[in-house]
Amino acid sequence: MKNKILPFPVIIIFGIIFFIFYKGLEDSKIYTPDVNTKKEIPVFNTKEFFSEKNVKSSSIFDLDKIYLLNIWSSWCIPCRQEHSFLLNLNSHNKLNVIGMNYKDNKKNAENFLKELGNPYKEIFIDFDGTISIEWGAYGVPETFLIYNNQIIKKYIGPLNQQLVDEIKLLIK
Amino acid sequence: MKVLKLIIIFIFFLPLSTLNAEEFDKRNKITKNLRCLICQGQSVYDSDSEFANSLKIVVDKKLEEGLSEDQIYQYFKSKYGEWILYDPGLNKNTYILWLLPILIFLIGGAIIYKSFIVKK
Repeated sequence: MKNKILPFPVIIIFGIIFFIFYKGLEDSKIYTPDVNTKKEIPVFNTKEFFSEKNVKSSSIFDLDKIYLLNIWSSWCIPCRQEHSFLLNLNSHNKLNVIGMNYKDNKKNAENFLKELGNPYKEIFIDFDGTISIEWGAYGVPETFLIYNNQIIKKYIGPLNQQLVDEIKLLIK
Repeated sequence: MKVLKLIIIFIFFLPLSTLNAEEFDKRNKITKNLRCLICQGQSVYDSDSEFANSLKIVVDKKLEEGLSEDQIYQYFKSKYGEWILYDPGLNKNTYILWLLPILIFLIGGAIIYKSFIVKK
């Protein structure tokens, strides 16, 4: 009698544990950011890139305008790849492309812009990476589409032709 | 006079250093509970990546602003989601995680009770 009852719950428990661990294998262990929820843009103080004057975030982002915030750096290789797409997007008159220079040396950054062109209407500096965290970013490059002080869409990694088309479609 | 000076200096610096130490401990505790999102299986405290270093600065800033530990966790959760916290809260995705050990303990206890104590 004893031998017949005891294995039964044991098998069930092991079954449950096996099932949970098996399910756990399928879960992604890599951070997958939430790119679709709309969030208010953060409020911060920073410096303008060229003049190094203090600026407030509220003076950069106006309501009723569409902005594309791009986090870039001269040491970031994928930023070079996406640069031509940013230049392309900047020619769009509805869209204001804003740059955030992430943890960069000013001289290198200036050379980068000289070499590849400047797609940005305005650039501000994130010297120690803290502003990027306010934005919920975790690397370079990252691009945010902003309307009415809200983040409409977030793109992680370099932009490509497909994403540029998507952005153009969204701002229509 | 010299002794008096030393005592004054000592009194002056004593609360300052203990305060700093407390803040430092708190910062370490918080950064140990934050996951470094771009590293594999490392906390922000353990990592020396660009992202983790910036995060440490932000934690320092928030502590200076006088935010509590929980408020800082909430702040990062609102920015990056639950994944950044090592200590997940109880919600519909994690209830199995929290309840399973209790369940296993109760079932195990029931088995032991049935098979050993009742038999006697």
